[in-house]
Amino acid sequence: MKIKEGPGRKLFLAADAAVLVLLALACLAPVLHTFAASFSDPVALAQNHNLLFWPIGQPTVKGYEIVLQNRSIWTGYLNTLFYVVAGTLTGVLATAVAAFVFSRRSFLPANFCMLVVSFTMLFNGGLIPTYILVDSLGLINTRLSLILPTAINVFNLIVLKTAFQGIPDSLEESAKLDGAGDLYILFHIYLPLARATVAVIVLFVAVFHWNSWFQASIYLNKRELYPLQIILQEILMQGNISLTGTSADIASSYSLYHTLVQYTTIVVSIVPILCVYPFLQKHFTKGVMVGAIKG
Amino acid sequence: MTRLLKNYRQHKTLYWVGGLILLYFIVFSYLPMGGLVMAFQNFKLADGIFGSEFVGLAQFEKFFNSPYFERVIVNTLVLSGYDLLFNFPAPILLAFLLNEIRNRAFKRTVQTVTYMPYFISMVVICGLIVDFTDSEGVVTRLAHLFGSDATSLIASPSAFRPIFIISNIWQSIGFNSIVFLAALAGVDQDLYEAARIDGAGHFRQWLHVTLPGIAPTIMIMLILRIGQIMNVNFEKVILLYNTSTMATADVISSYVYRVGLLDRQYSYSTAVGLFNSVISFVLLLTANALSKRFSQTSLF
Repeated sequence: MKIKEGPGRKLFLAADAAVLVLLALACLAPVLHTFAASFSDPVALAQNHNLLFWPIGQPTVKGYEIVLQNRSIWTGYLNTLFYVVAGTLTGVLATAVAAFVFSRRSFLPANFCMLVVSFTMLFNGGLIPTYILVDSLGLINTRLSLILPTAINVFNLIVLKTAFQGIPDSLEESAKLDGAGDLYILFHIYLPLARATVAVIVLFVAVFHWNSWFQASIYLNKRELYPLQIILQEILMQGNISLTGTSADIASSYSLYHTLVQYTTIVVSIVPILCVYPFLQKHFTKGVMVGAIKG
Repeated sequence: MTRLLKNYRQHKTLYWVGGLILLYFIVFSYLPMGGLVMAFQNFKLADGIFGSEFVGLAQFEKFFNSPYFERVIVNTLVLSGYDLLFNFPAPILLAFLLNEIRNRAFKRTVQTVTYMPYFISMVVICGLIVDFTDSEGVVTRLAHLFGSDATSLIASPSAFRPIFIISNIWQSIGFNSIVFLAALAGVDQDLYEAARIDGAGHFRQWLHVTLPGIAPTIMIMLILRIGQIMNVNFEKVILLYNTSTMATADVISSYVYRVGLLDRQYSYSTAVGLFNSVISFVLLLTANALSKRFSQTSLF
């Protein structure tokens, strides 16, 4: 279909593209600045007050050397990996099982259950009662405190349940005739058929755990349990960089490397996620479906 | 009842697993709701929920008479109001702009880049904000060009709201546009064809087909947003505020955090939090009812 486009339309499209390019640049600039700064010369960087698009001074990997030698960053990184893997496995598995059970038409109390579950989206006990609960369950200063209370996200549950409901019942029935149990049906039929939705939920849950900071800040006060975000908060907001384990010349010039290390730590912490999300981008619509909220 | 019993015998696994999931929600969501009775007590950790002294509405009275009452309510409403005004329409506008683009590669690139800030942690974002708005920071210096005389924006009370709102838009405009883009893709293409045959230009097609097509989505998102008016993202507030910006930055939720978890005034902060949740809940129900009445769109 070919329609002649007037000059007004052309002007509009050009302006549209220009606005989008500017917006994209605005979104990109702070991140680009961070990458450039992390490879910059520490002295030049400490005196720099401009937005960077390219390392300033002689490019160097000094910041990365310091970060790699820093014990708290390493422990934080490993802890975060644990929270992400354990939290995502538990969370997605529990969400999938819940979505499966509550999407069965043969399960009579399904609607009642969904009502009980959905209500928690509208109203909750709030910060302090939740904290007291976690405390009285003995979860303070345990790894479980970051995994259990947030295991099932109701929004994800509803999204996945809606996806499951879109799968024809006949598949389940024929599997049942072949003697398949509920678990088999969930793992071999439903999860594979809803894999795009599942993938997006896995990503969102993993990112939640990777970036989660607040829960750790209130539930944990043992340094060996701290996730990376708490270490980052110390480095970025309080300016604390523990330089134990770094070589003497670096430790003696603490203030010199301060800014550089801040940027390097940010890069180290955001790169894994920035490498993953673009691959699932086209499925994001499946994870945020508004239509899924109703019902 | 016999029907339920028969259903149970047929699907025992479903019942047991479903029961476990409900138990999870009872423990982690409904027990804290029960814990809200703390708001009416003088709760002491040692005495527990059942042993603590009842004080009726005393904690609420304390909040209403507190010098912080006005400050945190006003700050919450103003910050949320600005957010609703600027941050709510921004992704809708972006979705419209993206929807007109025919070049797929360009569209996808803009999407990838604008989604990026959403995946960066709050700690890192706030670290960058502080860095850029500190004395000699890039944004502080930029503001000087426009006549600002603040030595450091992050320490200036009048700059807190703009910083908060603009960075909110930066963080979420791309990701929040997804839902509207999905709605735009769902608009019946035949309607455009029909509009063209009737001689409608691009603007009229947008006005009479596109806009009505995604109005229900906008409405649903608006209801959800109104239910969140009292809940300013306090993680961001407590990472960004400092002693000199408290007057404009302190909101209800950051106040609850401070008096509750830092000062350990459990009952008092629970009362403040409950006051906040009840208003939120009423707002959500009202927005839903109004929308149901006037636009036939509703959440529940």
